[in-house]
Amino acid sequence: MLGFVLRRFLSAIPTLFVVITLSFFLMRLAPGGPFDLERPLEAKIMENLQRAYGLDLPLHEQYLRYLGNLLRGDLGPSFFMRDFSVAQILMQGLPVSMALGGGAILLALVLGAGLGAFAAMRQNTGADHAVVGFATAGVTIPNFVVAPVLQIVFGLTLAWLPVGGWNNGALRNVILPVIVLALPQIAVVARMTRAAMIETLRADHIRTLRSLGLGGRHVAEHGLRAALLPVVSYLGPTAAALLTGSVVVETIFGLPGIGRYFVEGALNRDYTLVMGTVVVVAVFVLVFNLIVDILYALLDPRVRYE
Amino acid sequence: MAPVLAIRDLDIRFRTGAGELHAVKRVSFAIEKGETLAIVGESGSGKSQTMLAALGLLAANGGVTGSAKLNGIELVGASQSALDELRGRKVAMIFQEPMTSLDPLYTIGAQLVKVLRRHKPISRVAAREEAAALLDRVRIPDAAARLDSYPHEMSGGQRQRVMIAMALAHGPDLLVADEPTTALDVTIQAEILELLGALQRELGMAIAFITHDLGLVRRFAKRVIVMRGGEIVEHGAVADIFSMPKHDYTKALLDAEPAGRKAPVAADAPIVLTADDIRVEYEILRGMFGRRTLMVKAVDGVSIALRAGETLGLVGESGSGKSTLARSIVRLAPATGLVRFEDRALLPLSKSEIRPIRKTLQMVFQDPYGSLSPRMSVGEIVSEGLRVHEPGLTASQRDARAASALEEVRLDPEMRRRFPHEFSGGQRQRIAIARAIVLRPKLVILDEPTSALDRTIQKAIVELLRDLQARHGLAYLFVSHDLATVRAMADRIAVMKDGKIVEEGETESLLANPRADYTRRLLAAAFTGKVERVKGIEPSS
Repeated sequence: MLGFVLRRFLSAIPTLFVVITLSFFLMRLAPGGPFDLERPLEAKIMENLQRAYGLDLPLHEQYLRYLGNLLRGDLGPSFFMRDFSVAQILMQGLPVSMALGGGAILLALVLGAGLGAFAAMRQNTGADHAVVGFATAGVTIPNFVVAPVLQIVFGLTLAWLPVGGWNNGALRNVILPVIVLALPQIAVVARMTRAAMIETLRADHIRTLRSLGLGGRHVAEHGLRAALLPVVSYLGPTAAALLTGSVVVETIFGLPGIGRYFVEGALNRDYTLVMGTVVVVAVFVLVFNLIVDILYALLDPRVRYE
Repeated sequence: MAPVLAIRDLDIRFRTGAGELHAVKRVSFAIEKGETLAIVGESGSGKSQTMLAALGLLAANGGVTGSAKLNGIELVGASQSALDELRGRKVAMIFQEPMTSLDPLYTIGAQLVKVLRRHKPISRVAAREEAAALLDRVRIPDAAARLDSYPHEMSGGQRQRVMIAMALAHGPDLLVADEPTTALDVTIQAEILELLGALQRELGMAIAFITHDLGLVRRFAKRVIVMRGGEIVEHGAVADIFSMPKHDYTKALLDAEPAGRKAPVAADAPIVLTADDIRVEYEILRGMFGRRTLMVKAVDGVSIALRAGETLGLVGESGSGKSTLARSIVRLAPATGLVRFEDRALLPLSKSEIRPIRKTLQMVFQDPYGSLSPRMSVGEIVSEGLRVHEPGLTASQRDARAASALEEVRLDPEMRRRFPHEFSGGQRQRIAIARAIVLRPKLVILDEPTSALDRTIQKAIVELLRDLQARHGLAYLFVSHDLATVRAMADRIAVMKDGKIVEEGETESLLANPRADYTRRLLAAAFTGKVERVKGIEPSS
């Protein structure tokens, strides 16, 4: 197992390299640059700026330089937010996004798997139909609709919770955005768990349990464990996406996460900021895929990585 | 003496998409204390559903009326929790599929401990000790160490032993054994039956033995019920039913052994296939970086030859390499050696070079459920090979060829508009055969084509295959573990064990005078039961 983890870790490096290289050159294909404003800068100033940030060098040299800096852990200065380095910007936003995403994943797993199992044990009853209905709604209603509705109900009408703001991560402030982030994931996980568990409940080994007087909670336990396998492989990449922030939720609730930097960075041609977010997301995806593989081996003894 | 299980007017219906299915029609019978009652019938006869219903284990769409009393306690209509109190303690069941009957995610020990603690207030530690004792009782070597094994680390026979251990954990009064040996090799079958017999004498329990194999009934039971179409057609002492069956269906069942022999091959028939020194080796990677490897020799230097119109029966137990050898000839397994097919060397050829030759070299697989695409119509399935191998044909020509191929396997050609799920196992296997012969092959490799089918259907398929062979001069490589079928099909038999051929010869002389020890053991397990009982199994009196 340790050998497997080590090998997977090493094999992630070339993947990361390819992602970085592709993003670097693709981004440069887009027209314009970080200092192209509506009122063009004087040629001399532009030249100085370009030189200061190394943008005057040939592209392949810029690329090698970026790689060199990256190896030393330097993500470079932000072109647009001039007083900050990309690392500073990301380090400020990442904890916010991770807190929200982490909460959402936890909710999705606990509530989603719980609801799915609950429905599967009562297939084709009213309770089952209610869960399926909720799951369909959760997937289909977009978060930019859910968020304002929750803000109006809980923030304005009932005035239980604030409508937005980070407030140093106070629980009151986090509840609504986490729910909005989690809702579609709860729905997806509930559907997956339900379907997988219904499949498992028909399995021969479940019939064996029942034939031995091990009905009820024993059947639920064995059924759920098998049903969690597909859920785990779904949650891996999903967790990577959630932990690295959501533009919509962060914008609606006015939260300082890193989700919005994807959009802002791209629109402003803030090359280093975009690259920084790409690196962070890629690392998260690779790490979570590895975690999924490890969890898989723990959940299913037939899976052995050697 | 009151019976252990008394079933009266038990009636089972299933709600299905196609309407209501009346699976069991008001059957009544009783099982006495300590006796073995055999319930015989083919798939769909309702024999398993009757017992599942009695134990409250019917599928969700099944409904049951009537009465089933265990030691006088009514089971039909009892609550799940009331049933849970009885199941595992007073009555238990073992199933046909040892591969899937145990939960793959839990260790053997964990599953046994759960069963023990369900009906007995003992600590986890004490339960574990008792679990080891149970494994020992079902003769699993090194029982205590095997508690930490997972099901996939055990063979089918061992898993069935574990299942028996779980079923007998609380010494039930009645054990329902639903085809407990059907999925196992013949030599393992004999061992499991002997074990069940010994445990029955030790514990004094009654056994309801559900089977389609009349040979086993004769060995194992004294009283038998024959079921067909949800009804009991005959009921009586085993000896009577075997010597003077009253019902036509019982007679048909008794007569269902594949009969007759294959007509001999013409002396001047040309050799169509030779395979020399075939080897198939698999590497299993071991160690941290997969550098250490373990070589498994699935096929270890085997040579065979086959003439036009001839059938070579390839016999052996699971893991003997017989299927791998057959597959390596059509290049579905990676092999070294030399294969010649009609004067062309096959084995050194690349995958693309071999494609045109595949037309004359077809294969029929064991599982008629898994080998037909569920999303294609029967006509598309049968004619698919023509698209590849005879691209010049028009759609209507292909359709006509498919229709005539279906006719050859005695199916209504109109069926080509329908889909595989609408057909029974036997019909599906006919479709698979039609798919092979539509290309007018010279050699057909038959990989256990009858082992998933009922005996009476097996017989019909064997006759069909022989008939097609005679009409088209086909050569068959017939892979099977079932010696009775091989006897009816093959000119010659090659017996495989551990990747090697241990004995080869003309069918009749090999069966009459087996030389290899292993062949003798196979024969003993396959045929002697038809005449004498397995030692150690005492039918109830």
